Amino acid sequence: MERKKVRQKYQLKISSITENLEIIREFTRNLAVKAGFNNEVSDQIVLAVDEACTNVIKHAHSYNARRLIELVVFLDPEKMEIVISDKGKGFDIDSLQTPDIKKYVHESRTGGLGIHLMRTLMDEVSFSIQPSKKNKVSMVKYLMKSA
Amino acid sequence: MSGFEVSRIDDREVSVLHITGFLDAHTVPQFEDALQKLVQEDRIKIAVNLDKLEYISSAGLGVFMGFIEEIREKGGDIKLSNLSQKVFKVFDLLGFPALFDIFENENEVKAKFLDG
Repeated sequence: MERKKVRQKYQLKISSITENLEIIREFTRNLAVKAGFNNEVSDQIVLAVDEACTNVIKHAHSYNARRLIELVVFLDPEKMEIVISDKGKGFDIDSLQTPDIKKYVHESRTGGLGIHLMRTLMDEVSFSIQPSKKNKVSMVKYLMKSA
Repeated sequence: MSGFEVSRIDDREVSVLHITGFLDAHTVPQFEDALQKLVQEDRIKIAVNLDKLEYISSAGLGVFMGFIEEIREKGGDIKLSNLSQKVFKVFDLLGFPALFDIFENENEVKAKFLDG
């Protein structure tokens, strides 16, 4: 008999401040472990979520502590999906490029690495941008690929 | 609490920064301040020992990117040591080993700075 695929949903809504990154990481790590990922892959998922939330705090909300970040995590036997949404400023997805670290160092840039890391660490990363309405980044990690 | 601490030990012309804990967008100002102070004091042979660093995000890597050019232009450098496998992986994913000298331990960094 085919095993029924149960999808579970977990949610965290939290003030958009860098101090809360610690709580966001802990929330994500607990669910990654619950999903069955090993420590190494859980670390990757945690880092990808930190990067996405840092971008929201910094760029979408411009460090406005009154704004909220919403994380919704779906777990099923095959994968972990994390959807991070905000109602702040969006960005032009088409303008994203693979970072040239040598150039960044030369220009003393301190940012621009987060989305590249997210794409490197996760199996799927997609964006849905509707500035001031709802911006969403969705990231998926498959259990089979990580085994 | 997963905090962050930075401590400094000066050994002849080399300044060693020991960084401990979690280096993310929340804690980077502490690390930036420590590096900024060294630059202001013209102590530009900087060894960063990451032995007790448990976590780094790209915000933390950005600090190294933001300072290295200025420090090298002045004739100094930031050299790194004692990276855990977990922390090294993050540096490696972004190609940092090609741009920064990374050593096994702090003594190797000091020797490199002091012996040329």
